[in-house]
Amino acid sequence: MAKLGEYEFRANCAFCHGLGARGGGRGPDLTRTPKKHGDSDQEMFTTISNGVPGTAMPPNGATQQGVGMTEAEIWQVVTYIRSVEHKPVEMAGNSLRGRQLFFGSAACSTCHMFKGQGGRLGPDLTAAGTARSLEYLTDSIRNPSRRLAQGLGEAMKEFTVEYETVNVVTTDGTKLQGTLLNEDSFTIQFLDTRELVHSFDKTALKSWEKSRLSLMPGYDEKTLPEKDLQDILTFMVNRLQAPGGAQ
Amino acid sequence: MRAFARAFGFVLLAFASVASAQVTSDRLLNASKEPQNWLTYNGDYAGRRFSSLEQINAGNVPQLIPKWAYQTMAGGKFETTPLVVDGILYGTGQDDRAFALDAHTGRPIWQYQRNLPDDIRPCCGRVNRGFAMLGDRLFMGTLDAHVVALDAKTGNVLWDTPAIEYTKGYSFTLAPLVIKNLVLVGVSGGEYGIRGFIDAYDPATGERKWRFYTIPAPGEPGSSSWEGDSWKIGGSPAWITGTYDPETNTTFWTTGNPSPSNRGIGRSGDNLYSNSLLALDPDTGKLKWYFQFTRHDEHDYDATQIPVMVNDGDRKVILQANRNGFFYLIDRTTGKLLHADSYAKVSWSKEKDASGAPVPAKDASPTPEGNRVCPGAAGATNWMSPTYDPQTKLFYVTAREQCDVFSTAPQPYNAGHAYYGSAYFPNEDAAPFYGALRALDPDTGKIKWEWKHPSPTWSGVLSTAGGLVFTGDAEGNFIALDAATGKALWHFQCGASVYSAPMTYAINGKQYVAVAAGSTLFTFGLP
Repeated sequence: MAKLGEYEFRANCAFCHGLGARGGGRGPDLTRTPKKHGDSDQEMFTTISNGVPGTAMPPNGATQQGVGMTEAEIWQVVTYIRSVEHKPVEMAGNSLRGRQLFFGSAACSTCHMFKGQGGRLGPDLTAAGTARSLEYLTDSIRNPSRRLAQGLGEAMKEFTVEYETVNVVTTDGTKLQGTLLNEDSFTIQFLDTRELVHSFDKTALKSWEKSRLSLMPGYDEKTLPEKDLQDILTFMVNRLQAPGGAQ
Repeated sequence: MRAFARAFGFVLLAFASVASAQVTSDRLLNASKEPQNWLTYNGDYAGRRFSSLEQINAGNVPQLIPKWAYQTMAGGKFETTPLVVDGILYGTGQDDRAFALDAHTGRPIWQYQRNLPDDIRPCCGRVNRGFAMLGDRLFMGTLDAHVVALDAKTGNVLWDTPAIEYTKGYSFTLAPLVIKNLVLVGVSGGEYGIRGFIDAYDPATGERKWRFYTIPAPGEPGSSSWEGDSWKIGGSPAWITGTYDPETNTTFWTTGNPSPSNRGIGRSGDNLYSNSLLALDPDTGKLKWYFQFTRHDEHDYDATQIPVMVNDGDRKVILQANRNGFFYLIDRTTGKLLHADSYAKVSWSKEKDASGAPVPAKDASPTPEGNRVCPGAAGATNWMSPTYDPQTKLFYVTAREQCDVFSTAPQPYNAGHAYYGSAYFPNEDAAPFYGALRALDPDTGKIKWEWKHPSPTWSGVLSTAGGLVFTGDAEGNFIALDAATGKALWHFQCGASVYSAPMTYAINGKQYVAVAAGSTLFTFGLP
């Protein structure tokens, strides 16, 4: 049953959720528990059947890529996901201290929001602790340029925008730097380091360039000792309320 | 009485403003001589998608403005290339909708919505690419595997013929092709383990006149290219419209992947006539010759790209930029390969045989844990129509640069259910992915210029005597480029990705360009 589910998973789910359900660019790591959109078998079945409105998760059979699964096949996939799940992670760090670091000296909140508080230059991290593997999160902190986070996905586009770095020079010589919000052949939209939204006609700029070198500094062990990292990860996984924030 | 007179007067006016839209075989043969109309899916039998209209040209195209828009109000991919016949535009939409519009104003004349069963098997969207027309009849293939004739003046169903059981995974998505007094269609369903075919129907009655199976039965030539009973469920659909050479009375069709698409175990052999170019006698459906592009395919490299006919002096050839990343030049009299050159990143083939045909590399097969191969599963191009411009003598194709990780797994065949034996997904190492419109020199296969898209697009291409090439992108832009240089001269933001090929027509001496994007058909013209 789990083996059949694995084949169905590969054909229908792995495009976003990766081989082994370990998560891809677009889809969360499904070996994690509990699941964000309901953790019972029936809830998982419903999530797969109906998708998750407002997210990239489509209803079964509506991906325009594959052909969809029968109910029996969806149950096989549920069984498969159960077979690769890890037990809920017992995080060893200190959540409270992690929260203090996130909003304090580690300065994560300068660019990242958590439950409505923080900056805007990087992705909102409210759900990241349960959607991404610890390896992925660790790598994103230690080597932020290795794998850029995905941003805006348009309904009919195959690929989402990534958090690339944008440098432009306007005709009056003003230099702006920020992260990419969106782009097409003729225009570019980005948020600059002062959190101002810009949308330019590319031909109206003196110059523009995109870079896959993330604006986020790489946090090596000197900048962020292992213990601090574990505390921040524990905070992200346990999803403590932000200080003063509404739950 | 006055009311009657007013109504009668209106009727007279209506008659006066609409020409009789009778498409004859003769008009189809000479379609390029009436460029104000667009009589077939590709605009002509040769599949060139070139128009001799030149009112909109490289000089004035920056002034192009939208003239009207028509919305199907249906979701999913809108893939139609409409026909325009004597002032009326005929198009098909998502969910097997169809419509006739005044091509000058965009106002609907009739609309058709097929009542589709709930359990149809569209692999890749509830799509339809367009009509074929003969007399005052329009022909469409449906997602429940019927062929339907509609009355061009009312949209009434004239006949409705089931071709095969849709519950086993069969459907139609392509625009049919009318040749003489026959309506030709090819079937979709390479994701389900079908046995592909091309059919011909009587336009008057809907009676099937012939069927050519794209997989030979035991005992027929080519049958030894299949292992055991794998031929019965070997796929090889024919889901893109063919072309036609009246000089030799040959119709050229292309076929898709063998099934299961990404698992060769269990179907050893070349798997004829999957991923092939077929030369058929349109009167009988008899095979004259074939050329197979990808033998024993394990990467879903359907050869369902328009086989474009080009005459270069005495040389009569077929040009095809294949999904497998090679551009092929084939003698269309003999089926002999003249040359094959890669036009995009390729890793599935590392060598060619004595005939010059690329052969699959052993280490390119999908593996249980995944094997990175280029092009990816969507191909270096796909079904999006290319164009050949006789003025620049260049072949323009929408290319996709993307590699995928192909994995494989055994999968039992279950009639009507997905039958891939595999999975694929973009490789993170391959980022960023991008698309490009590439202008190829057919003689050498070399890229003369390219227009780079931020991400891969599914838009087809149109070329015109105005020195222009039109295409669309995934970001929603409809773009006019200089055919000689690739410089963008004009663009319009349609608001959703373009999943169709543009076409052009004229009414009362004014040229228009039309393209479907999102759920909207846009038409542009000069102010």
